[in-house]
Amino acid sequence: MTELISSGLVRGMGIGSTYALLAVGFVIIYRATGVINFAQPALMILGAYATSVFATGVGMPFPVAVLAAMAVLAAVGMATERVALRPMVGRQPFAAAMVTVGVLTVLFVVAHRLIGTQVRTVGDPWGLERASLFGVSVAQVDLAKIVVSLVAIGAVGLFLARSRLGLAMRATSMDQEVALAQGVNVGRMFSLAWGISAALAALAGMLVGTSAGGFEAITALVALKALPVIIVGGLDSIKGAVYAGLLIGIAEALTRTYQPRYAEWLGANVDVVVPYVIMIVVLAFRPYGLFGTREVERV
Amino acid sequence: MLAVKNLDVVYEDVVLVLKNVTLQVPAGAIVALLGANGAGKTTVLRAITGLLDVHRGSITRGGITLDDEPLHHLDAPGTVAAGVGQVMEGRRIFTELTVEENLRIGGHAADRRSVAVGLERAYTLFPVLAERRRQVAGYLSGGEQQMLAIGRALMSRPRYLLLDEPSLGLAPRLVQHIKDLIVEINRQGTGVLLVEQNASMALSIASHGYVMETGKVVMDAPAEVLRANDDIREFYLGLSEERAVSFRDVKHYRRRKRWLS
Repeated sequence: MTELISSGLVRGMGIGSTYALLAVGFVIIYRATGVINFAQPALMILGAYATSVFATGVGMPFPVAVLAAMAVLAAVGMATERVALRPMVGRQPFAAAMVTVGVLTVLFVVAHRLIGTQVRTVGDPWGLERASLFGVSVAQVDLAKIVVSLVAIGAVGLFLARSRLGLAMRATSMDQEVALAQGVNVGRMFSLAWGISAALAALAGMLVGTSAGGFEAITALVALKALPVIIVGGLDSIKGAVYAGLLIGIAEALTRTYQPRYAEWLGANVDVVVPYVIMIVVLAFRPYGLFGTREVERV
Repeated sequence: MLAVKNLDVVYEDVVLVLKNVTLQVPAGAIVALLGANGAGKTTVLRAITGLLDVHRGSITRGGITLDDEPLHHLDAPGTVAAGVGQVMEGRRIFTELTVEENLRIGGHAADRRSVAVGLERAYTLFPVLAERRRQVAGYLSGGEQQMLAIGRALMSRPRYLLLDEPSLGLAPRLVQHIKDLIVEINRQGTGVLLVEQNASMALSIASHGYVMETGKVVMDAPAEVLRANDDIREFYLGLSEERAVSFRDVKHYRRRKRWLS
């Protein structure tokens, strides 16, 4: 029972909440601009790098370092949108998505240059301490991941639901022309979407970086797990991104815990495959995701 | 005075849709812009409100002025800030947002206090909307959606309101109601450019009217002159002195000579 909770559910939710952060970033950009942003992994690893520089290099207090890294990455995201994506407005979403693949390559090269071949750490804010949750001992780092992610996603959700700019962003995502006609500066909304989503990616990078063993440039590939997450949750649903993130994280952690014991014949590292298996199953039965909007088509 | 002068508009760099269009909306007046489908009425509105580039159109000649200040170089948010509001064809409300959110987005550029004032004004003008302020706008009836679209456009306190087919798809009684609302909005000091296919409704409240055909203004006269004009009566108002008794007598037109094909 203890094992189920600590290394299954809690660790799974810890991993899952970082997936959720990344997936929410995808969803925000997709809803605002109709583009799937494949550059998210590079933004994430640059976020981890920035946190590491600010926390261990410059020596800022950890929370300040995290906020600074998020701000820097928000600026990088906005600049990317302005330079690479703005000229694609009005073109096919597929073409724009390919541009983001190009951006991924460029930023990834930059990240490689900056990080080098060594393993870096973002500092060790939570260490190996364990906390007690309802009498079960769980790793503090897992709890921190869950709390940080959910607070960040909650803040973004509140911003979208309540604020004037959030309303304008939602309106833009529904009908750009009408939003323009109401005086909304649609370009600024695109920029804001990229800023928010890059900042969330940076936060996710920090969380990934706190895992035992630190991070290196190739750790960026973790962010690709967000793809099954957004497909399972539905491309246009923030709520779906959160639930699907947690679901996939838990499925992964449970597989890692129990598969070697009960299904050893499957071989090693099956947990890496699990998100994609779930994705294929969901695609077969609910192609628009668990929470996504069903495409309405007139025949 | 909102003035369009000698305006040429081209879509996709090749399709000339407006040719030398000139029209004027004096402050506080209601002006009707009539014409069949595809005459270019909506394009005139897009040109005024800076929405042409969304449709890959551009102004190639002429210009638009608002109180003698050029308007045509502004983007859409700029024209809203300058005091031109627009109700787009087909209402185009945000169906997934609530009624109040729809209104708030109309006041996006305005400050917090004038948003509160604007909401108050919209709810007194349209009491139905006040009852449904928390409802999702997609569930409103067609007439209510049209009122919401008008209310949304009024949130930025425009000095000129451009209405694109506000009577489209509404029952006759609702058309009457919308007409009364337009008169009321105008009475409160907003100039109105009313684009309509329902010519009898438009001409009954307008002081001046323009008729467009294939991208050109073909008639430009005070509303009462248009109401009395034989062609307008026949083609736009559905009235004519000699009633056609048989389809053979219905006026038909020789096909225009074509040089290609």
